[in-house]
Amino acid sequence: MQVQTRVDIHSEWGIVAARQAGRKLAKEIGFGSVDQARITTAISELARNIYLYANQGEISIEEVASAGKRGMKVVASDRGPGIKDVRSVMEDGFTTSGGLGAGLPGVKRLMDDFDIDSEEEEGTTIISIKWLR
Amino acid sequence: MRIPILKLYDYLLISIQVELDDQTVLQFQEDVLNKIHQEGSRGVVIDLTSVEMVDSYIAKVLGDVVDMSKLMGAKVVLTGIQPSVAITLIDMGITLEDVATALDLEQGLEKLQRELEG
Repeated sequence: MQVQTRVDIHSEWGIVAARQAGRKLAKEIGFGSVDQARITTAISELARNIYLYANQGEISIEEVASAGKRGMKVVASDRGPGIKDVRSVMEDGFTTSGGLGAGLPGVKRLMDDFDIDSEEEEGTTIISIKWLR
Repeated sequence: MRIPILKLYDYLLISIQVELDDQTVLQFQEDVLNKIHQEGSRGVVIDLTSVEMVDSYIAKVLGDVVDMSKLMGAKVVLTGIQPSVAITLIDMGITLEDVATALDLEQGLEKLQRELEG
């Protein structure tokens, strides 16, 4: 059975640690360099969101298999303030931080599966998977 | 972590060879602007050959460095962007419009020379 790797995000260093762990696992699973960059970038966006909006949380990564396919699952979870309007954060260019507004819609495009669950005052969990082609 | 900035005649040459964290990239922004001011540089080449990942934050800071340098009167060219980085940026919808780019350091310098010296 595959081991799950968890990285605590409570500082900017957690962002770097999460993407380094992500790149290592993506390489081990056998993703090519472009998909490695996609996965690493997606993890960086998710980790930064945790740090910016929830102050702390965690990124967990693991290899998954389903219907003969192998892939990598990335779960970002926090107990932060939650997202008031999930629909608008998924719009390109929407930002409350002064960034490019490419974060979450960007992650959705970089990964294959994307699911977001957020409750106000409870926190946010984002589950995304990249499948090996 | 400080990214070294080299001066060559009227230009500044920078090759980013470290994993970019938020602090480093912000420090880099400040260092480039101070160096332009100090040296009176007219052009800057930032080589990204060794950079394996550019997320939206790093892209924003790099784009800002280009705009800020322009305000000061210096032109910036980004060079050596890897295929995987280019694909990832476009996937995310980040086009870095109005940013001058070139395949490598050599072509970046030539581009600056053509544009600044006519």
